[in-house]
Amino acid sequence: MTTQAPPLLRVNRVSKWFGEIVGCRNVSFDLHPGEILGVVGESGSGKTTLLRCLSGKLEPTSGGAEFLSKRHGPVDIFQLGEQDRRRLQREEWGFVHQNPRDGLRMRVSGGANVAEPLMNLGGRHYGQMRQATTDWLERVELDISRVDHKPRNFSGGMQQRIQIARNLIHQPRLVFMDEPTGGLDVSVQARLLDLLRELVRDLQLSAIIVTHDMGVARLMADRLLVMKNGDVVETGLTDQVLDDAQHPYTQLLVSSVLQL
Amino acid sequence: MTKKLDRPMIKVEGLTKRFTLHQHGGARIGVFGGLDLEVKKGECVVLAGASGMGKSTLIRCVYGNYLTSGGSVKILHDGAEVDLAGATPQTILDIRRRTMGYVSQFLRVIPRVSTLQLVMEPLLENGVSAEEAEARARTMLASLKLPEAHWSLPPATFSGGEQQRVNIARSFVREYPILLLDEPTASLDAANRGIVVDLIKAALTKGSAMIGIFHDEAVRAAAATRFFEIESYKTAA
Ligand SMILES: Nc1ncnc2c1ncn2[C@@H]1O[C@H](COP(=O)(O)OP(=O)(O)OP(=O)(O)O)[C@@H](O)[C@H]1O
Ligand SMILES: Nc1ncnc2c1ncn2[C@@H]1O[C@H](COP(=O)(O)OP(=O)(O)OP(=O)(O)O)[C@@H](O)[C@H]1O
Ligand SMILES: [Mg+2]
Ligand SMILES: [Mg+2]
Repeated sequence: MTTQAPPLLRVNRVSKWFGEIVGCRNVSFDLHPGEILGVVGESGSGKTTLLRCLSGKLEPTSGGAEFLSKRHGPVDIFQLGEQDRRRLQREEWGFVHQNPRDGLRMRVSGGANVAEPLMNLGGRHYGQMRQATTDWLERVELDISRVDHKPRNFSGGMQQRIQIARNLIHQPRLVFMDEPTGGLDVSVQARLLDLLRELVRDLQLSAIIVTHDMGVARLMADRLLVMKNGDVVETGLTDQVLDDAQHPYTQLLVSSVLQL
Repeated sequence: MTKKLDRPMIKVEGLTKRFTLHQHGGARIGVFGGLDLEVKKGECVVLAGASGMGKSTLIRCVYGNYLTSGGSVKILHDGAEVDLAGATPQTILDIRRRTMGYVSQFLRVIPRVSTLQLVMEPLLENGVSAEEAEARARTMLASLKLPEAHWSLPPATFSGGEQQRVNIARSFVREYPILLLDEPTASLDAANRGIVVDLIKAALTKGSAMIGIFHDEAVRAAAATRFFEIESYKTAA
């Protein structure tokens, strides 16, 4: 048998309650290096809540999540001090929001948005950072001549590509994505997905992708978690969950899509 | 040594598969029960049985695409038997990457990836250099008579038969120890079917173990080393 690398992230019974309202309940899973996990489920099922907990943006009500950090070794995300947690987010993670406005700084140029993470990590060499920025803009297929334009001058799909470059330029090990192609029209969405798929494979990233789109899940994810009312109702290999769904809710979800 | 060579690559024991259709009042469809099948190196077991008997279902269970409802599906992977029923998704993906290829009737197109790239992928994933992968992919596509003008295009716009040949190229470009073939020749003309039969025979000579479904009589006769009748395992529910 192959020896498998230890999980990058071990999630242990994470729950989040908003008073009486359940966000997510007792979610456990391991994420391995290079693995893409899709989180699917209907609106309000707790996908974003789970993602926000795991990315250290929201304090869970209970549970643990151990991340294999480059800097610290294995650490429980929720036990880390504020400063260490922020450093982890900056250095080792990326977070792609559904709405690029939530992930970009709208007042600075597209190029500066992409370069900023490197500066935040203490990059000093202007020429190298400029080069890295140009490389990344090319990678996400943005016109270099527009590097100085502000994000609002770009289309939704272009903004999303800037956000992706901004979140990958510092070579994170784990990227969280919440409906990364949500607000885009279908053709733009397809291109962006291809791009993401390429990047994730080339860079050997681990990622957790929240989506309500089964087609996106099929294309991107190795493995799926299906959520309903805060609970994980089914989990497994992506094509197995989609082609041979076991839980009534998953069957409903899959059958409501025309073609997968 | 001979003992090791004789170990089956695929060992299906007591396999049962049923579906529960929750969308239809929990109706249960029993496909087969207590099914035993072993496939050794150099064998191509052709599944026989009428439409709806469960031929594709059996292949999908062996690929880990369908869960089993009972029994086991053991795959010889890296010299060890792995039961898919208890295997993690990571292990199944590893088996698919290195040990077990699958050709279905239809190609699942990835929108922007070129045909050449698609065919190179299984090689690149297994550590073959880009240069060698490209050379082998080109040879494979040429032998399947896919016009060279198509190679740089994603197969989205290709005809059914062209897409099917891309699918075949992807699975035969490297020597998988196990190949699962679900009507790989369904949309091909006689000449192309002949080419695929030659590929199958060459892979068998090199020791691949195969399970195949072929509707075409000539292909069945040429590819099969043995037939497996699925009907006797039919279950009611
Ligand atoms: N800050 C909050 N305060 C109170 N309730 C919240 C808060 N955030 C989320 N919720 C509730 O938690 C539940 C899960 O919400 P969440 O945003 O995780 O759903 P989702 O699966 O991401 O849905 P969508 O697909 O619509 O984005 C919902 O009932 C939501 O109303
Ligand atoms: N994902 C699924 N969900 C529910 N039922 C299924 C599923 N896949 C197959 N079945 C059922 O299992 C039975 C066997 O189907 P299968 O596709 O294996 O037949 P087959 O022998 O390959 O037939 P054909 O020669 O027509 O391709 C059928 O009754 C089919 O409806
Ligand atoms: Mg959400
Ligand atoms: Mg079939």
